[in-house]
Amino acid sequence: MAALAAIDKRTVGRWALTGAAGATLGLILLPLAFVTWLAFFRQAIPSFPPDGYSLKWFFTIGENPKFVDGFLLSLEVAVAAMVLGLTLGVPGALCLARYRFLGREPLGNLLLLPLVVPGIVLGTSLYVFHVEATILTELPILGSIAGLIAGHILLVIPWTVRLVTASLAGLDRSTEEAAQNLGATPVATFFRITLPSIRPGIVAAALFGFVVSFGNLEMSMFLVGAGRTTLPITILQYLEWRIDPTIAAVSVLQILLIGTAMIVTDRFVKLSRVV
Amino acid sequence: MARLEIERLSKHFGTTVAVHEVSLDVRDGEFVVLLGPSGCGKTTTLRMIAGFIAPTGGRVRLGGKDVTALPPWKRNAGMVFQSYALFPHLTVAENVAFGLEMRKVPKAEIGPRVAEALRLVRLGGLAERLPRQLSGGQQQRVALARALVIRPDVLLLDEPLSNLDAKLRETVRVEIRELQHELGITTVMVTHDQEEALIMADRLVVMSEGSVRQVGTQRELYERPADQFVAGFVGRSNLLSGRVVQPGRFETEGGVTIACPANGASGPAIMALRPERLVLGPGAAGLENRISGTVELVSYLGASIDVHVRVSSVDRVVVSQPNRADAKLPREGDKIDVGWPAAAAVVLAGEHAGKS
Repeated sequence: MAALAAIDKRTVGRWALTGAAGATLGLILLPLAFVTWLAFFRQAIPSFPPDGYSLKWFFTIGENPKFVDGFLLSLEVAVAAMVLGLTLGVPGALCLARYRFLGREPLGNLLLLPLVVPGIVLGTSLYVFHVEATILTELPILGSIAGLIAGHILLVIPWTVRLVTASLAGLDRSTEEAAQNLGATPVATFFRITLPSIRPGIVAAALFGFVVSFGNLEMSMFLVGAGRTTLPITILQYLEWRIDPTIAAVSVLQILLIGTAMIVTDRFVKLSRVV
Repeated sequence: MARLEIERLSKHFGTTVAVHEVSLDVRDGEFVVLLGPSGCGKTTTLRMIAGFIAPTGGRVRLGGKDVTALPPWKRNAGMVFQSYALFPHLTVAENVAFGLEMRKVPKAEIGPRVAEALRLVRLGGLAERLPRQLSGGQQQRVALARALVIRPDVLLLDEPLSNLDAKLRETVRVEIRELQHELGITTVMVTHDQEEALIMADRLVVMSEGSVRQVGTQRELYERPADQFVAGFVGRSNLLSGRVVQPGRFETEGGVTIACPANGASGPAIMALRPERLVLGPGAAGLENRISGTVELVSYLGASIDVHVRVSSVDRVVVSQPNRADAKLPREGDKIDVGWPAAAAVVLAGEHAGKS
């Protein structure tokens, strides 16, 4: 009887777990499915059930220069922020993982801070900083693309530091010693052994850095210059006046872009192993 | 292949002395094993030979050339790491080829040399596998091939067998020994496993607390241990403390008087007796030493039988007897004679007698 009860308990536990996981997954996927569905509605004011289906909203995106420009700016900023963020973050992670120095832990926490600070707060502070810096230096910092990219680098760095540090922790230091023992100089060791070993972490950091930057709204709002908007801002502005399925179509394209990036990345490095 | 000379090599980490003035001369083609418990400085010594740790003092000469100040990549030493340290993103062949590429060996020559090295360790068919697709034993052999292919002056083995299961270890240690013999490569191995050390070494270096306790062949260490530590670490010993009362006479703390070799000054000393050199029962008659005692414990070990005999209120000896079919086993509580020739005893300086 006791054994039977134990098995029963386990079965119940398993069902509860599966149920909870399923509910969570549904909660995550439902909006995506809904937005995708909406993008194909024919009528301009969404209502249920739809009058019919159409692809026309996808074509209106291309005809609207704001979306095209917003997309291009977001792409430019995200790529630049990702590249620069990696350039700064990878050596940073190496130092944090390899060397013992005064203030190492506070520095590590500092580099992760942009994950914790709300985007609005980050945006406001950077805006004030840009205003002051512009006044002080008389350089066109406020509203510049460089300023926007610099802000987005802050979003990329925590991901880079976190993911690269994690893959460095999984790296067997003796492989580097083995390389040197076999005649590799420290530089050759880094490029032939260390870098390839932490490549999954770097690729994952690049992907997440890109996605976080590309989708950022709150911080960008404070940093874009007059007449320039990133895609998320364009979407927001469009929504203030209209609610037709164009936005849903844009979202679908965005989901496709990021989804493709993740699938392609996953083919090269198994994301589940680093994240 | 070359001679390796280590001269008064020391390493201090802050105030702790990890290695203290270790000197060692390894002949061309010799297999020397550094043996000692963990923390005895054997691995630190090996890493100083490889160049991973800069010594605080002393020199390392390889093939007559002073390499003390050279970084690892400029020394021609091939090392097999305890974790094997295979490059996870490279295939077996690429792992083995790495050292040759770093040495700028022409491409046309690399292929055949890699194939030859893999054949040597019997891994010919696995060249295109990744390390994670191999068993522990296979990974170990890749590490060996990778170290050997560069034709190092000296092969360094850092506990190379500790990650293998017991069965495999027994065959691999013989394989490594035979390969080393065949290639005639100067080799230094580090281990804490005395059986492994005894099987593989030409000569052993027993280390403890950063210092060399004794250097010698298996037989020298076993028959003439330099001190109590070696006597207890290499093989088993009954250690009786007491004093040498006059040359050739030793008296234990328990008051047992024993005839022993006439070396060693009078004063506090330790007597070491190998358990298998002691004889029980009637066989003890006629030997220079014969004491009667009481059997306290009998352990049946299969090939041999350990009999623990109390010979005085403080002295107890273990006697190891071969297990013969017709042998009558003593029982606990039996009165029994223990005997041994005077030459079987080794008198060691006492614990506080100043020898370290």
